[in-house]
Amino acid sequence: MAETSAEPAHVHAPPEGFIRKHVFSLDHKVIGKQYYALALLAVFTGMILSWLMRIHLVWPNAKIPGLELLSKVGAPGGVMTPEYYLSLLTMHGTLMVFFVLTNAPFAAFGNYFLPIQIGAEDMAFPRFNMMSFWTTFAAWVVLMLAFVIPDGPPIAGWTEYTPLSAIGKDAGPGMEWGASCWGISIALFCVASLLSSLNFIATTLDLRARGMTLMRMPLCTWAWFITSCIALLAFAVLLPACILLMLDRHAGTSFFIPAGIVASDRLQPHSGGSPLLWQHLFWFFGHPEVYIAILPSMGIVSHILINSMRKPLLSAKVVIYSMMSIGFLSYMVWGHHMFLSGMNPMSALAFSFPTLTITIPATILTLIWLGSLYGANLQINSASLFAIGFISMFVSGGVSGFFLAQPSIDIYLHATYFVVGHFHMVMGVASLFGVFAGTYFWFPKMTGRYMSEGLGKLHFWITFIGAYCIFMPFHYLGLIGNVRRYQSFVDDFMAPYIPLHKFITIAALITGGAQFIFLFNLIYSRFWGKPAPQNPWNATSLEWSIPSPPPWNNFGGRHPVVYHDPYQYGVKGGAGDFVMQDSPEVIASGD
Amino acid sequence: MGKILAVVIVIIGLASAYPILKNQYPLPEDISTHGHLIDDQLNDTMMEAGISFVGAQLVLAYFLWTFSGRKPGSPLKDFPGGAKVLVIFAFVIVGTEVIALGAFGQKAWASVYFTPAKADSLQIQAQAEQFAFYFRYAGPDGKFGMIHPEKIDEGNQNYFGLDPENDVAARDDIVSGELVVPMSKEIHLMLHGKDVGHSFYVRELRIQQDFVPGLDLSVHFTATKVGKYEIVCTQLCGLGHYNMKAYLNVMSQVDFDAWLKQQSQ
Repeated sequence: MAETSAEPAHVHAPPEGFIRKHVFSLDHKVIGKQYYALALLAVFTGMILSWLMRIHLVWPNAKIPGLELLSKVGAPGGVMTPEYYLSLLTMHGTLMVFFVLTNAPFAAFGNYFLPIQIGAEDMAFPRFNMMSFWTTFAAWVVLMLAFVIPDGPPIAGWTEYTPLSAIGKDAGPGMEWGASCWGISIALFCVASLLSSLNFIATTLDLRARGMTLMRMPLCTWAWFITSCIALLAFAVLLPACILLMLDRHAGTSFFIPAGIVASDRLQPHSGGSPLLWQHLFWFFGHPEVYIAILPSMGIVSHILINSMRKPLLSAKVVIYSMMSIGFLSYMVWGHHMFLSGMNPMSALAFSFPTLTITIPATILTLIWLGSLYGANLQINSASLFAIGFISMFVSGGVSGFFLAQPSIDIYLHATYFVVGHFHMVMGVASLFGVFAGTYFWFPKMTGRYMSEGLGKLHFWITFIGAYCIFMPFHYLGLIGNVRRYQSFVDDFMAPYIPLHKFITIAALITGGAQFIFLFNLIYSRFWGKPAPQNPWNATSLEWSIPSPPPWNNFGGRHPVVYHDPYQYGVKGGAGDFVMQDSPEVIASGD
Repeated sequence: MGKILAVVIVIIGLASAYPILKNQYPLPEDISTHGHLIDDQLNDTMMEAGISFVGAQLVLAYFLWTFSGRKPGSPLKDFPGGAKVLVIFAFVIVGTEVIALGAFGQKAWASVYFTPAKADSLQIQAQAEQFAFYFRYAGPDGKFGMIHPEKIDEGNQNYFGLDPENDVAARDDIVSGELVVPMSKEIHLMLHGKDVGHSFYVRELRIQQDFVPGLDLSVHFTATKVGKYEIVCTQLCGLGHYNMKAYLNVMSQVDFDAWLKQQSQ
């Protein structure tokens, strides 16, 4: 009989040496922080790109200091060319959607807290986990290479629609090697996300502590679990799509390129492919991706709100089932991105109805958050401010989805700023508010120090009001028919609206500037913040039952036993108005 | 601070709704026969979404005002009726909205996409390419010449790759950089993508449709007002995307006939 190790795969020895501790670490907490750091790098890059675009939109001849260093061809003398605007637009979207909105709420916080919240020592497959991060890192490096290669970044947008993205240099600048960087980067990103979602699923199902039934998992763990199920299916479709795209680009295949197209005066040597196939594959990933970005934030916000309200939500089960329904429905709606793409117009109805139906679980979630606030004892701090801000943003971004879900209205609003306003608010800002809330909330656990509350609140006020000033007007501009992805407003009717665009740019500069307050707070508090006790928020879930920062094996070799559901607030416990999940004390009512 | 946030949320909610109520960002004038269906649907949705938006923000603000920063140990209360009432509310109210919008909203879509163009509609072919639109009329014989991609030659203004030497139907085809159409006559616009994806968008016509290379797509519409309107590309097509536009020129039938005659000479 072969000798087998008695230790399960997830148990590993304490790390030794700098490299094992901080670089190629197997520890899910280090990997979580690495994801967070990468997301931070990506979000500031993406934000600065959006600044450059906003400045160029309203002051097209502005000389932007330093821009020439980034690209001599794209910004001769510091003035951006039209094609370079599209390069920055592509990179902004790609960085934000993949490296920020997927990495921060899901991979970063999920990695750090999912194992702890279920009482596990690490992820089920720590080596896979390390590989996930470093593959993601490689994906980021390859994407950023596009900035330094002579060709420059691609100009086809983050959706890389074919044939524009498939025919190579005849499609324009950045489309020869820049687009290949994009394709390779996203393929790598898919591999990493597949590995990490498998890991999340296995960990959640197999490594729960004694007594940690599925229904006793905190809502954010539920959200990460549902998100990993969505991600597993979504990235599994985008990965082959990227591979086929690369084959079209470099191996002479024609998956996405039809016969008879003439670009740059050259009849393209392809035949038999379908541009719509790319759109179907891309959006089959792309729509679930929206929920990959927002679901973890829903979970994080629920988790934090309950703690700040000092009472559980009206029904955790309803929240879990609503998140599941959203995840399930997210696979039936991809065609609403393609109402006008030329697919069979009958299918528009089939995609419109489930899209509108998603409103029901989304409304239930909102009503549960609102209804739970009733009669609460809400404590205001930076984390709960961002959690409340999330609800406000989620509603604002959500209602505009009602318009775009209807194919008839989409005929008018498709490809306008209305769409840009919609997805930035719900997928971008709301999701990031979840990340901010999570950061202020968990920072004491991750570092043993508080973040500065004063700076946190300042950050909140500027960001909350600023985000509305930026993205609400986008909806109005959409209503008048302002088309997106234009580097300049050449249409005559746009002239009266340029001042509004200027207002948006100024709001974006101020709101973006406020993010440096957050960055400063993060770095300053890491070293000089006020020391925090083990459970500073009087919280109930398992992460607060261990020291801050947690030891390498989380529970110090102890195997926690769980006695209660995760949110025993507003009860008479030994330590106050709460009872921790692993406290054996008996609670008069409830479980 | 919870109370301040409550006030800010109320201000944001009302300030966001104000420009809509005041119609400060009006849709452009509708010059199509089907456009009012889209506009009505948009207005209905605006009302429902607007009420949901303002309502939810106000409730959030009210609860925030009432239940934040209370004295420690203030008694906790539960929402009357609990989650059940809210779930039923969501299903009934939102469910009704979904069915209503989902069902009635299809009228406008159907008028554009489910009815074929009339037999006597005027057929025009539109070609989109990096970064221009060209329009082709069949000429006196009523037949379009075949497109030969290998014969496309921008230098010789053979944008469609016609072969008049061998193809009789192509000889009288009229090619224009402007989409000239007669008023009150249905236009059957057949879309041909030459290189990459593009889109045909005329705000006033309430028409938007992608050009997909390799796919024969078409839309039909009837313009109701004489005038010049911008046609813009709304599908990211490359470096000149922002500047890819043409004009729709709606004329009276008499003027149109004269224009067509002049073009075929």
